[in-house]
Amino acid sequence: MEQFLQQLASGLANGAIYACVALALVMIYVSTDHLNFAQGEMAMFSTYISWQLMNWGLSYWVAFILAVAFSFVLGVLIERIILRPLHNAPVLSVVVVFIGLLAICNSVAGAIWSYLIKEFPSPFPKSSFGIAGVIGPHQLGVVLVTLIVLSLLFVFFRFTPLGLAMRAAAQNPQMARLVGVRVDWMLALGWGLAAAVGAVAGIMVAHIVYLDPNMMGGILLYAFASALVGGIGNPGGAVIGGFIVGVLENMVAFTGNQIEKATGVYIIGNGEKLTVALIIVIFVLTVKPAGLFGRVVVKRV
Amino acid sequence: MPSLLEVKGLKAFYGQTQSLYDVGFDIPEGGITTLLGANGAGKTTTLRAICNMVRTEGTIRFAGKDVVGMATEEIVRQRIAHVPEGRGTFTTMTVDENLRIAAYTRRDKAEVAAERERVFAYFPRLKERIQQQAGTLSGGEQQMLAIARALMLKPRLMLLDEPSFGLAPLIVLEIFRILRRINEEEKVSILLVEQNAALALDLATHAYVLETGRVVMSGPSDVVKNDENVRKSYLGY
Amino acid sequence: MPAFPKKWLLVIIALAVVIPLLKPVLPDLVSDYRLFLVSTMMIAAIAVLGLNLLTGFNGQISLGHSAFYAVGAYTAAILMDKLDVPYYATLPVAAVVCFIVGYLFGLPALKLEGHYLALATFALALAVPQILKYKWLEDLTGGVQGIVLSKPEPPFGIPLSEDQWLYYYIFVVMVILYWAANNMLNSRSGRAMMAIRDYHIAADTMGIDTSLYKTVTFGISAAYTGIAGALSASAIAFVAPDSFNFFLSIKFLIGLVVGGVGSLTGSIIGGIFYVLVDNSAQALSTFVKNDLGLPFDLSAYTVFGILLIVLMYLMPMGIVGGVYILIRRLQRAGRGAPAAASRPAEAGKGH
Repeated sequence: MEQFLQQLASGLANGAIYACVALALVMIYVSTDHLNFAQGEMAMFSTYISWQLMNWGLSYWVAFILAVAFSFVLGVLIERIILRPLHNAPVLSVVVVFIGLLAICNSVAGAIWSYLIKEFPSPFPKSSFGIAGVIGPHQLGVVLVTLIVLSLLFVFFRFTPLGLAMRAAAQNPQMARLVGVRVDWMLALGWGLAAAVGAVAGIMVAHIVYLDPNMMGGILLYAFASALVGGIGNPGGAVIGGFIVGVLENMVAFTGNQIEKATGVYIIGNGEKLTVALIIVIFVLTVKPAGLFGRVVVKRV
Repeated sequence: MPSLLEVKGLKAFYGQTQSLYDVGFDIPEGGITTLLGANGAGKTTTLRAICNMVRTEGTIRFAGKDVVGMATEEIVRQRIAHVPEGRGTFTTMTVDENLRIAAYTRRDKAEVAAERERVFAYFPRLKERIQQQAGTLSGGEQQMLAIARALMLKPRLMLLDEPSFGLAPLIVLEIFRILRRINEEEKVSILLVEQNAALALDLATHAYVLETGRVVMSGPSDVVKNDENVRKSYLGY
Repeated sequence: MPAFPKKWLLVIIALAVVIPLLKPVLPDLVSDYRLFLVSTMMIAAIAVLGLNLLTGFNGQISLGHSAFYAVGAYTAAILMDKLDVPYYATLPVAAVVCFIVGYLFGLPALKLEGHYLALATFALALAVPQILKYKWLEDLTGGVQGIVLSKPEPPFGIPLSEDQWLYYYIFVVMVILYWAANNMLNSRSGRAMMAIRDYHIAADTMGIDTSLYKTVTFGISAAYTGIAGALSASAIAFVAPDSFNFFLSIKFLIGLVVGGVGSLTGSIIGGIFYVLVDNSAQALSTFVKNDLGLPFDLSAYTVFGILLIVLMYLMPMGIVGGVYILIRRLQRAGRGAPAAASRPAEAGKGH
């Protein structure tokens, strides 16, 4: 039982990470119809920035905030410089550019900081944090931080004029222009916010998976799975999808583990995480493209 | 009367296809002007051209300022409000959000709130539905919301594209009554595109008739109304 | 795409056949190492050709061709390792296996287009190294360690070095596959494939069985890339799961866009190109570090990434397509008349 709860808790912690990255993906998707394959690598890069800042002697949270701010600016710049000219480009060009971005982020991070795996600190106190035996201090901290970030975003989009304008620009750019919204800037801001949210996820997860240039590959795939489960195009759905997929992932491994213990036959475990994600992605895309909570139906042939 | 909007030699293109050839007209400050014409004559395109939503050549001066080539949102910020064809609302947002978005650049919250109340005075029905999603409103209510939202921009000129489209006659009459009040009380000039020529000519002070992308006739609406060709083609008697 | 002049094609083939034999005469120019490098270029060219059949000619985006390459390589490796099948006999088996895998993956892919197909294939590429390590397959695949093989040796005591022999072996396979692809594209079926890419909905109403064509194209494309994988298993004499990661798909993609989306000749050039860059990365990195004095371990992927982005702006048809258009323009300018000659097919227009 205790093991089950542990797995559940760790699933929620992973889910919080997936929720953040999935939300980042959805934010870009709703305003541009693009799937950002470079989202994970951008987050990884931001995580290295925070590592570097800490290495220079800044405290964790200062480095955290600076790295997130850096990501925001980087996201805005990428949208304005690289993606803006591709506004009406064919899908293949857009996908290729995202893959190019992915390759650049990954290789530049490797070039600057090497491909050696680095330890990454946790800001949460070991003793007084967490629920002993069930959820560790860092896991609980991750869930709390993501919940705070998600609430801030919710308030921003729901109640501030700028958030309202961004939603309008995403929903109907033409009409948003007719009420004076500077749509181009809203898209760039959306990219910035997405990059910032991704950075939060990267910095939070680095303590768990350790820091290296390839750390986000699997997480990005799970985030895509989460976004699809929640109905890509639905921000709230992406968040819930993140938690569902995070728990599901751990439960699959847990069940596999139990079966192996009981029967001695290995079926599935941690080594098959990406395969599970692949199955979720293909299954949702082909069987239920609108996801669990999706209003927007995935374009079908 | 001084001209608020001056349009001269206006051409517009959709891709390679030219749909306006030489459109010119003046909109007097404080007046209501209507564009009449058959389907495809270029009425909607003219409105879209004013807001740079199609590729445009020619002169468009608003309050003495050349606006050709300006981004749509910047033209809107010169206080031209465009109510597009087919109930232009953000359907998944609430009535309240639809109104707030039009005022999102303005800092003075009290002023915006006061203005919203003024807008509600014209459209009391919207006030009752303030937290409802725009997509769940009736067609007439959505059209009212679109006009109300345009008012929140504090426009000097309002462009209206077929406000009667698909609405029951009683609702149309109500909306047109409100438009007249808005014109008189808010001193908003109006450029109206309308299929229902009789209604439009009743409301308007000036009228222009478009045919295949060109102005073929213009004048005070009383004169236009009594023109034999207009009567035959657009008024049906 | 431009039809390659037959005369030049024969010259190139003749050169490709003769040059390796000059090893004893020109040892500075022709070495075993260089021949091996050219062999890997040809393998790359076949892999890119496979991707191009699907993405370039049929308009289905794939980021997952590293998976089919892996399946081909492992099929060949397992056949050689477990069943002592001779290396040349692994190719047809790898082709069939990859065709089936590609065909099966093509079935769900029918429901997807554009970004979503890219996503599904992206997921495939990420998952494959893990699948190869799956515990139940370990006896076959050798798990993380992979499988060590031996390099093909020239038969009948032909006096060629291993690398010379490998070169000819791969060269012959490449020529056959290129010829087959060329014939296929010029046939009715080829035109149907391209019609599906260009006039998606119209193709359906024209009576083309789009589902069949799309899945079969997926299969053929996977088979081509799988054969490349099988050849690479022989050439490198080693397979391991982590060499078939997503970055391999990025290389195919760079081959595709550099050579030209929807160009057979371009696929060959694209394959050569990415091996060349990959191979010069070390030199490039040393140059950046020592000569420019930057504390920076530049990798080939930085170059690839920048190229991917820049090419999409400057020459979305690829370098081959771009150069072709350029030549066309110069010719027209030379003739001084706006030639009414047929324009090159605007390949690679996504939907």
